[in-house]
Amino acid sequence: MKQTIIEKIISNHSGKEVKAGEIVWMNLDYRTARDFGGANVVKHFEKHFAPEAVADRKKTFFTFDCNVPANTIPYANNQQICRVFAQNQNLRVFDVDAGIGSHVMIEEGMVLPGGTLVGTDSHLNIFGSVGAFGQGMGDQDIAFAFRYGFTWFEVPPTMRIILNGKIKYPATAKDVVLAVLGRIGSKGALGRSIEFSGNVVESLDLSGRITVSSMVTEMGGIIGFITPNEDILSSLKLLSGKYTLQPVHPDKGADYVETIEMDLSSLEPLVAAPPKPDNIKKVRDLKNVKVDSVFIGSCTNGRLEDFKIVSNVLRGHKVKSGVMLKIVPATKKVFAEMLKRRMIEELFEAGAIVSNPGCGGCASGQIGMTGKGEVQVSTSNRNFRGKQGDGETYLASPAVAAMSAIRGYICAP
Amino acid sequence: MGLKPTMLKGRAWLITDDKGKLIDDIDTDMIFHNAHLAITDIKEMGQHAFGNLKGWERFSKEAAPGDLVIAGRNFGAGSSRQQAADCFVSLGVQALICESYGAIYKRNAINSGFPIMEVHNLVEIISEKLPIRHLQVITMDIDKGNIYSADGNQMILKGQPLYQVQLDLYHGGGLLNFKPEVKA
Repeated sequence: MKQTIIEKIISNHSGKEVKAGEIVWMNLDYRTARDFGGANVVKHFEKHFAPEAVADRKKTFFTFDCNVPANTIPYANNQQICRVFAQNQNLRVFDVDAGIGSHVMIEEGMVLPGGTLVGTDSHLNIFGSVGAFGQGMGDQDIAFAFRYGFTWFEVPPTMRIILNGKIKYPATAKDVVLAVLGRIGSKGALGRSIEFSGNVVESLDLSGRITVSSMVTEMGGIIGFITPNEDILSSLKLLSGKYTLQPVHPDKGADYVETIEMDLSSLEPLVAAPPKPDNIKKVRDLKNVKVDSVFIGSCTNGRLEDFKIVSNVLRGHKVKSGVMLKIVPATKKVFAEMLKRRMIEELFEAGAIVSNPGCGGCASGQIGMTGKGEVQVSTSNRNFRGKQGDGETYLASPAVAAMSAIRGYICAP
Repeated sequence: MGLKPTMLKGRAWLITDDKGKLIDDIDTDMIFHNAHLAITDIKEMGQHAFGNLKGWERFSKEAAPGDLVIAGRNFGAGSSRQQAADCFVSLGVQALICESYGAIYKRNAINSGFPIMEVHNLVEIISEKLPIRHLQVITMDIDKGNIYSADGNQMILKGQPLYQVQLDLYHGGGLLNFKPEVKA
């Protein structure tokens, strides 16, 4: 049977050869919950499964990242409910200091090619960036997964997106994924697995691949795979201690429902204008869009490599008076690296507000919401009405965000 | 524990537009209006089923336990409200037969143990051949995917058999009640 990547991964976890369209029980390598959704997972578990234990305490854990530390009483209560459950079941908790759960899991060497992982994060499909099948699910599904170690899934059909050309700074990985969104739209990958290929993706480092895979949800997709190259495979081997890792390749002759090919050799900086992530415009076509605030971070662009670009753009400049620049590194490890390299100092001196790692920029506005009439440039992945406040959000790359903070209007370096 | 029946017999509600075509893209807000989202008791949900679907507002008053609902493509598009699946269970509707479903709706329905069947090209078949009259009694075999006349003698439609996962959860009483050791 000729299979796509997702067909192979699900087959390997379900004991039978599957094809797109089949609904099967599927084993899970890791089962997680966040402070978002976690308390409900615990409630379902205690109502239906207590006093049983989770299927495997080494593969089950919590990652707090949504509201960290908790700035509302309900979130504080929810986090406490999860901690107590974790204590009783002897489960690990990556607590309010750890950062974005999906990124923490990659750093911990848990996310490996061909693996299956679930959690209460609709962007867990970010794991496609290392060839793993990550998926966000509801709290009932996660409670069941905690108890039994498996779930069910409908094998999605696969489309190919081939991205050719060589991208040149100031165009970056974020512009790559915005260009794809512009081409296929918010339903372009509806219910599908995507296999990305072509020299554009092959030349991306891990942080760039994370950026691309992180917006598959905004295309309606289930997951977007980028097959790890030797470099990334080596990093994953080091992180996990598993030295026989192999990526999962699709078979020649596998079934694809659609193939999209794009030439990105003249890619230039783009934005997603409010109120939709697929409302793509070229930065150079935006004339004098005044900016009030800039957010740099999120699971899409919160890695060290993203902040290196920001530092380079800001060097020798200051944030324009009257403009807010808010920085949220993805994880504690990223923050630690930035401290070591004195990047936090540089950002502070330039006029940025630097906050603790987590989902702060997007979720529950830990780093602040936008007011009516406020125009924000954000490196996150969603700009729907009301998402970051009453203001309007343009999605962009870290390079565009940093430059816009200096000039006070949307522009690229 | 006894297994539930897999031959489901009941009146077929053809959810059609004024031209007799099965309606596509019935979203979760048409199925269960967001005004009622605070309702968590399944017994209270049935009365609102299709309450916001133009032309079918009387459905919940006229539906009876045992009925089957037939609609077009992308049934249950939109949000993840569990009530959009549970409102049918609340009324005693035995199953849905549609050409396709919204992904989240599909997951919610399957997790509720509620039988949903897919029939390829259903919209075209109903428009062109009308093998089923509105409220005709039919029998659906969720194991084999076949849809028969009331007496079971004449096969009217060929549908997709329910997958083992769907049958496991149907027999098991929904996801959180399902006991994997006693899989059907």
